[in-house]
Amino acid sequence: MSRATQIGLVAAFLLAVLVIVPWTIEATGRWDLYYTLTSVALLSIASAGVWLTFYIGRINIGQGAYALMGGYVSAILVVNYGVSFWLTLPIAGLACAAASVLIGLPILRLRGVYFAMVTLVFTEVARLLALALPITNGAKGISNIPLPGGVSLFGLTLVPDFATLANVKPAFYYLAVILMIVCFAGMYRLVHSRLGQLCRSLQQNEELASSIGVNIAYLRVLAYAVSSFLGGLGGAIFIAISRSVYPSSFAVQDSINFMLNCFLGGLGYVFGPMLGTLVIYFGWDLLFLTGRWQLLIYSTALIALMVWLPNGLLSIRLPGRGGGRS
Amino acid sequence: MSASMSAILEVKGVTKRFGGLVAVNNVSFGVNEREILSVIGPNGAGKSTLFKLIASFLQTSAGEVRFRGDRISDLTPHAVARKGVVRTFQETTIFRGMTVRENVIVAHHLRAEASLLGYFFGTRAARDDNRKFGESADEIIDFLGLGRQRNELASNLPHGHLRALGIAIGLATNPSVLLLDEPFAGMNHDETMKAVEMVRSVRERGLTLLLVEHDMPAVMKISDRIVVLNFGEKIAEGTPAEIQRDARVIEAYLGTEDAMIGM
Repeated sequence: MSRATQIGLVAAFLLAVLVIVPWTIEATGRWDLYYTLTSVALLSIASAGVWLTFYIGRINIGQGAYALMGGYVSAILVVNYGVSFWLTLPIAGLACAAASVLIGLPILRLRGVYFAMVTLVFTEVARLLALALPITNGAKGISNIPLPGGVSLFGLTLVPDFATLANVKPAFYYLAVILMIVCFAGMYRLVHSRLGQLCRSLQQNEELASSIGVNIAYLRVLAYAVSSFLGGLGGAIFIAISRSVYPSSFAVQDSINFMLNCFLGGLGYVFGPMLGTLVIYFGWDLLFLTGRWQLLIYSTALIALMVWLPNGLLSIRLPGRGGGRS
Repeated sequence: MSASMSAILEVKGVTKRFGGLVAVNNVSFGVNEREILSVIGPNGAGKSTLFKLIASFLQTSAGEVRFRGDRISDLTPHAVARKGVVRTFQETTIFRGMTVRENVIVAHHLRAEASLLGYFFGTRAARDDNRKFGESADEIIDFLGLGRQRNELASNLPHGHLRALGIAIGLATNPSVLLLDEPFAGMNHDETMKAVEMVRSVRERGLTLLLVEHDMPAVMKISDRIVVLNFGEKIAEGTPAEIQRDARVIEAYLGTEDAMIGM
């Protein structure tokens, strides 16, 4: 793809999500779409993290745990300590990253299905912890979380106080979409820099990577920390929108979905998780029309996709190049 | 030839036990600067284990390996590589999903001047690195005769080219000592002779080479000195001519005609 085409595509995408979508929603009055698309944006941020662990050759089915943790960290800081929501966003991400370093150091030695199995229990562990710890308020969770306040610098209002807005939905939409754009731009940069090459060397052969001098333990933990940061970030905003967090806010099913989003979009493509999240989220909702057949059709479609499109939806676009490159 | 005079790599009393099995037993030898030294021995003699011990992919049970006088036995493999002792692999261990050029470029990791964050933000140092790695990779690729396969996906390469790529990856790390694990395995006579020339030309770049190899004619042709292992113990050390005359070696290894031809 030429540079001009790339810039054109990016510009078209930005125009679509930042102008056309909001304009269409206002024109048609489908305000519920704001909430749906905001969710897609946030879930795709968390999925991007899962995608990065795939990129170093690890199947991660535990992102829900970090999303839940990020949500609780933000909620507790806002409610109990009156910290500004905006400040809690990076704190939630960093707290998750720190936790993932401690967890990742021992478990990232595992590969393949063994790593996947260990991560699978995380979400459940996180739920039980949220039930048991005093600070998370058990099953009652934390509700009535205040809306994000304003941010001003030198008297200039950068972000308005969400509580003063007549309609908070577009505000959250812009917040989620802009963060998604930033996260995916960062991921794109990472993958197309030497860092991405190093990640792929891990994915393809860890022994050889270490023999050419790559500190594989460090790089694995680093990638996992970035992944968990994104999970915590997505979770924190999600909680701010629903204005409440419970131990079941993110469950095992969410962790599995984060992984499916990556599979569906394509593990070889940075923007795979974004497309995958969109398709799965809307696909599930559309199938609601089929009533009790919903789950059956959904599962069948996913199986069919994995059989016929093992490299994900984005591989359709590039039939000649084969999967694995982006 | 005195082994200790300018030994760049010293193997001192190295022992490796796996449970009750002693895979490598009290093996000592030195490798001189710019020497080609081969470790040979029958199957199961402990050659590959010894290689892994030198590159620190396994921890020694006793004894140590020293590189330029420094102990490298307890370091992690990537730290040993950083010191300048780099291992290539048996079989076809490469980055299969990358092109030949990408394989060699990524292997320049140890020459990186920019930090990981620098690569992310594309700093000047990172851009310089990328340019230098590209040029150096192209030079190595041409040197090993892989020029026409430059942009080929590594998993599509034929056998002989894969071996060359393995060596190219090793060279890209800019090592002082390169450990080659069976560089001639699975090759016919012509391929082996070409590979022997290739390994010699690698030495001309100023490297010290340590080989583990089965192919007797190739070993005799290429080596300055040979170390012979049998049942984990060193039974002989010397020039190819000395080894060929050594009674213990003939008994252990060269005694049957099959051992020479069947490899």
